[in-house]
Amino acid sequence: MSSYSITEPSVRQKWIAGILVVGYAILTLIPLIWIIATGFKTPSDAIAYPPKVLFSPSLEGYVNLFTSRTRLAPEDLAALGEPTTWYDRIVRGYDMVITGPSRYGERFMNSVVIGFGSTFLSVFLGTIAAYAFSRFKVPLKDDLLFFILSTRMMPPIAVAIPIFLMYRELGLNDTQLGMILLYTAVNLSLSVWLLKGFIDEIPVEYEEAALIDGYTRFQAFYKVVLPQAATGIASTAIFCLIFAWNEYAFAALLTSGTAQTAPPFIPTIIGAGGKDWPAVAAGATLFLVPIMVFTILLRKHLLRGITFGAVRK
Amino acid sequence: MAQIIVKNIRKEFGAFTAVQSSSFTIEDGEFFMLLGPSGCGKTTTLRMIAGLELPTSGEIFINGEEVSQKPASQRDIAFVFQMFALYPHMNVRKNISYPLVSQGMPRDQVRAKVAEVAQILGITDILDKPVGGLSGGDRQRVALGRAIVRDPACFLMDEPLGALDAEFRERMAEELRALHDRMGATTVYVTHDQLEAMQMGDKIVVMNHGVVEQFGRPQDIYDWPATTFVARFIGSPAMNLLSFDGMVGHGTSSVTLGEAAIDIPPMIGGADGRLTLGVRPEHVHLDDAAAFRARILAAEYLGTTQIVTLDSAHGQIKARIGSHVPVRIGDTTGLRFDARSISLFAASGHALISEANQKVLSHG
Repeated sequence: MSSYSITEPSVRQKWIAGILVVGYAILTLIPLIWIIATGFKTPSDAIAYPPKVLFSPSLEGYVNLFTSRTRLAPEDLAALGEPTTWYDRIVRGYDMVITGPSRYGERFMNSVVIGFGSTFLSVFLGTIAAYAFSRFKVPLKDDLLFFILSTRMMPPIAVAIPIFLMYRELGLNDTQLGMILLYTAVNLSLSVWLLKGFIDEIPVEYEEAALIDGYTRFQAFYKVVLPQAATGIASTAIFCLIFAWNEYAFAALLTSGTAQTAPPFIPTIIGAGGKDWPAVAAGATLFLVPIMVFTILLRKHLLRGITFGAVRK
Repeated sequence: MAQIIVKNIRKEFGAFTAVQSSSFTIEDGEFFMLLGPSGCGKTTTLRMIAGLELPTSGEIFINGEEVSQKPASQRDIAFVFQMFALYPHMNVRKNISYPLVSQGMPRDQVRAKVAEVAQILGITDILDKPVGGLSGGDRQRVALGRAIVRDPACFLMDEPLGALDAEFRERMAEELRALHDRMGATTVYVTHDQLEAMQMGDKIVVMNHGVVEQFGRPQDIYDWPATTFVARFIGSPAMNLLSFDGMVGHGTSSVTLGEAAIDIPPMIGGADGRLTLGVRPEHVHLDDAAAFRARILAAEYLGTTQIVTLDSAHGQIKARIGSHVPVRIGDTTGLRFDARSISLFAASGHALISEANQKVLSHG
């Protein structure tokens, strides 16, 4: 590593580099900050022009996100008596009452099950396939690898109609299993190719040493190859999860009721009046959390994963 | 403790034949060298003994049991890799104890065994370090520790010193040999370095293009090479090979190169046509009275000796002579060869049997 820096950068160079980095970070963070901020605005603040940078925060967006509400006539509202909770009070301000929880929680859980389920399957199958392609004499290996890659050569949505028809026949429409299988199929080529690169880099001597030390081929794979492929597996998992988590087109087409994920659901929160932007922003903000946590948990591996091959071990 | 017999072993990778019908026997307790240039099939041969490659045909016996198609884990052997192949995600102790854990040995026994091995190799102080930060020599010791910890029937080593610095190689070579002498386990060692092979081996197999060229004790191979390849490969500088046209038969004890008659050991085999006379540089002497003439091209001073390069009508000759002998570049001088140490090779490259080399060459 030390051979990379030929001269120590001067103080001025460091300052310039620092300013550039901070500037770029702010630039990319503005949309994110705007979304998070909008989640805490009132509906009228959210659409105010000129945009309000400073505002008095409100939890209206979050209340609206998690509840279903209905409008009542003033005399009916009066008959209910004083609101008992803080969220009741917010809703009353708009002449409404809470009738129950919204569907956001369900949709969110669908996203979790489908996103993590398909990520696990893609990485699991990808690791096994990549190991086989990397270590064994597979007949037609190059053709098979090309075939796997070729599934990426057109946008997946191009086959939406055939898949829709297929799924209807198979009864996989609007099921979690159907979505898991679909995202796994889309992600598998990426995961096989990424992981094959990582496993190729692990010297075969480690397994041979394990074989000689008295382990079976599977034990050698499990105890020696997997720990060393952890970096590759982690970064592949993040890529797979990001795709499955954010996928919108298939989810909008194939799910409507039971298995709907959050991405097609969030825009529907805006409601008939088209003014509940804070609730949409709140939904988007919460939707970001799992993937951020997942990425932060694996960030050490991810960093090593992205620079894989660049640094001689 | 094991005797290993390799019988007519052959390995093909598609259309490429890596090893063609090789046979040799490794006796119990021997330090056995597989020597040859890169691509000669020596590593493939070793990997077949280990069970990392399966031979296309042929048999391998370890202690009388035919193992050529058995998986490596069932052969009771230990393998030391050139790049060490220490498990990078484990520390030194775990690396060494790994083979014992696979056998299901109780934990306190494993601990005791690892401690004993660490003591032998002098690595007790690094047992709890990760293998990543170790020096080359320490890594090599850990790799050896992993090999010796389970008392295998034999050790197989694939250029174990190849990845070490020159100064360290010498020391590790000594340590390795001492370790072998202490444990007395059969060791098969692959190297392309003929000095290493001569220095450490009890026996050497010299391979080239997948064929066993010669098999025997280092001294025998050095003195009486079976082929011109071995003559050129072993020794530094290599054996002088002078080609000439002539005829030898049973009892011939002299050949004529140009004008000069040269005494040779009495022949048993015979050949005619293009022949090659082989003589080691230390058996070449400068003698103005000798009939074989050569012009001095260069002299390299090596302390007590010097290597003199000469040009003759039959090719270049190198002579190793005392450094006190005055040598003038450009002079023409006579050369005398030690008659008893001369080899003759037929056009095929194989040595002709003489009274001097028959003992060495007739068994193989």
